[in-house]
Amino acid sequence: MSEELTAAKTQPVSVVERYPDWVRPEERDGYHGVIVEPEHLVAFAESIRDELGFDFLTSVTGVDYHPEDRMEVVYHAFQSTGGGILEFKVQLPRANPVVPSLVGIFPGAAFQEREAWDLLGIRFEGHPNHKRILMWEGFHGHPLRKDWKEPFFIQDQKPFDQRWPEGAFAYIEGANAFNKNVQYPDEFDPASWSDNGGDQVYKSTEELSAEVDQEGIKTERLVVNLGPQHPSTHGVFRMVVTLDGEEVLDLEPVMGYLHRNHEKIGERNTYLMNIPFTDRLDYICSMSNNFGYVLAVEKLLGKRYAPPERAQYIRVIMAELTRIVNHYMTVGFLLNDLGAYFTPTMYALKERELILDIFEAVSGSRMMCNYYRFGGVVRDLPEGVEEQIRRLAYERLPRQIDEMDRYLTENEIVRTRGEGVGVLTPEQAIAHSAVGPVLRASGVPYDIRRADPYSVYDRFDFDVAVRYHGDVYDRYLVRIDEIRQSIRIIQQAIDGLPDGDVMATKPAYKLRMPEGEAYGRVEGPKGELGFYLVSDGSDNPWRYHVRAPSFINLTALRQMCVGEKIADIVAVLGSIDIILGEVDR
Amino acid sequence: MPEELNQEGYDIPPEAQDSVVITTLDKIYNWGRRYSAWPMMFGLACCAIEMICTAASRFDFARFGMEVMRPSPRQSDVMIVSGTVTKKMAPLLVRLYNQMPEPKYVVSMGACAGSGGPFKEGYNVVAGIDQFLPVDVYIPGCPPTPQALLFGLMKLQEKMDNQSIKDVRWYSDEPDPGIPIPILGPDLIDPRDFPELMQIREEGEES
Repeated sequence: MSEELTAAKTQPVSVVERYPDWVRPEERDGYHGVIVEPEHLVAFAESIRDELGFDFLTSVTGVDYHPEDRMEVVYHAFQSTGGGILEFKVQLPRANPVVPSLVGIFPGAAFQEREAWDLLGIRFEGHPNHKRILMWEGFHGHPLRKDWKEPFFIQDQKPFDQRWPEGAFAYIEGANAFNKNVQYPDEFDPASWSDNGGDQVYKSTEELSAEVDQEGIKTERLVVNLGPQHPSTHGVFRMVVTLDGEEVLDLEPVMGYLHRNHEKIGERNTYLMNIPFTDRLDYICSMSNNFGYVLAVEKLLGKRYAPPERAQYIRVIMAELTRIVNHYMTVGFLLNDLGAYFTPTMYALKERELILDIFEAVSGSRMMCNYYRFGGVVRDLPEGVEEQIRRLAYERLPRQIDEMDRYLTENEIVRTRGEGVGVLTPEQAIAHSAVGPVLRASGVPYDIRRADPYSVYDRFDFDVAVRYHGDVYDRYLVRIDEIRQSIRIIQQAIDGLPDGDVMATKPAYKLRMPEGEAYGRVEGPKGELGFYLVSDGSDNPWRYHVRAPSFINLTALRQMCVGEKIADIVAVLGSIDIILGEVDR
Repeated sequence: MPEELNQEGYDIPPEAQDSVVITTLDKIYNWGRRYSAWPMMFGLACCAIEMICTAASRFDFARFGMEVMRPSPRQSDVMIVSGTVTKKMAPLLVRLYNQMPEPKYVVSMGACAGSGGPFKEGYNVVAGIDQFLPVDVYIPGCPPTPQALLFGLMKLQEKMDNQSIKDVRWYSDEPDPGIPIPILGPDLIDPRDFPELMQIREEGEES
């Protein structure tokens, strides 16, 4: 921990020395990184990528400092060989925030910049597809701006002063002019308004389908829409695919059908209230979402909230059990998409149920665990659970994963459908900010548990699973390997589980939070799950941003699918492993 | 089977008791329907995972004749709205409902589909799917456990039992107009609200 902090402290100074004309040091207390002048941003980004090796831009987001006339775009970059963070910011006026787009240098910024435009209204000059991403085109306003109020607005910060005035129950609907969760801008006139927007997505692919001539033979290009209600899009995800025969010429992902305003609600909540909301981000892996969030908040809080040993070990055990659940389900659903129907999923869900029993025993809920707290975990393992985990880790799971491996890995259909399909080279994977199993299947041995260790992961002996072909089959294999490694970690953790407390402090509803910012990240089952928090010293986060691995992994979807057959799209999407709760937040 | 279907008060000769059932048309019609309610295979959010678990081995709703999940609305009887309905998704959900053939039922699974749940205050969240669709069964929980979902589906079966062929809406003479599909404007617009919207606007201008 201390090494990590010093690394984060020393780096910005050297960056300031290196680029004295382009950047200036961050001077606010509790803030890190450097501030780049907007006009030098592109040159700076290119230089840190090529000269300093910060080739891995993981997170791009914005912060609105209303009522000060200032907005910031915050970038978090890492080296793909491992190590600490390089954070840089651009400060912009609130009235017209325009910043050059970094998509040309880091293609992985494409969706994140669109998200910042959608939610905060920051314009990225030179972005090739500058459109809204989570809300629809035509939606009024940019919701994450601090002066934008949602229809059911009560107060800026929770807990609300009084929800039941004078003891009487009042529906929030009554406070709204339309008695519903809707509001319209003043200039909106229902009498003269007509739905003339059409579908923006089809418009952009129209040009492609206009060309039809090929060696004298007329072949029609086809635009096919998959989703949002489609059995193999894993939820409400939509893809607009342009086809030449069966070959994919272009693909545009459309998302936002499950945009539940996680960040807006998170900025109204207190820090503690956000933990159950993080459960619902990636709803298969609630434990590791909790982990990422509490790590970020503990970074802000400082040493007093360092969790005791026992809590650290319990956290690791739960996070690794979550990883096993997630990879089992991914493999099950991938096979489902490949045409094995529901049988592999049944095998996967069988093991999942046993692990969910443990989650239910420790937290009281099967899926939405809400188990981690700042400075520990909410309660100790109940009687018998330790034995249950030991039995799973030593007896059942190793046997079951061998069985799954035996049934599937050498299966001819799995191999022919997977090998050489949806290839992502290591360079492309890094450029598109792909994380987790997608990155490691492309031959980049980047695992945050090793590259930038957190919690007590540096004490365990495990291998980083890497495969080198970058295709669907390797992404499947990486997951099987990772289940084995997770079992190894759980075995070591349960054997070394120390006695003692599970909370560093007394439980409290409110935290005394110092001003500042923090970026906490964990290697979630789907990859780097980051939480970016800005605190203004009050009970609620000023800015609460989730760097969602599923969302950013989708940036590479087009790259993987173009040139493949339409049936392979489903396999590629299954191998990326997305959860819509996390994609859309 | 005979116990469930037989109409009381009819004496069947002992030698025919194994092969003859005297019942009403309603009873046999509903008996057939209640054990073959095919849910639509689509998930919206977290609740969908619990719905999948309910279909899997430990809970297994095949025991109630519901294992045939259909990906197409044209082939399904029950729409399980499993998760948060966002404004962006609402038009599609209504369209899916309109595409389902009668008899059709809607089960609202979880807090979000019932009322908006923890995300109710969100700017992109529809506070309850019953603003658009006629809901038959509400299942509380976040997410409801598989047991709760099973209980909700059993309640739906009870509801089917109590319907009569004489007055169900799908045999009435009037054609079903369907539910008007909401529009994505500056915010979600329900076409049924247009007159009210105009009125609010006019009053606003006058004052």
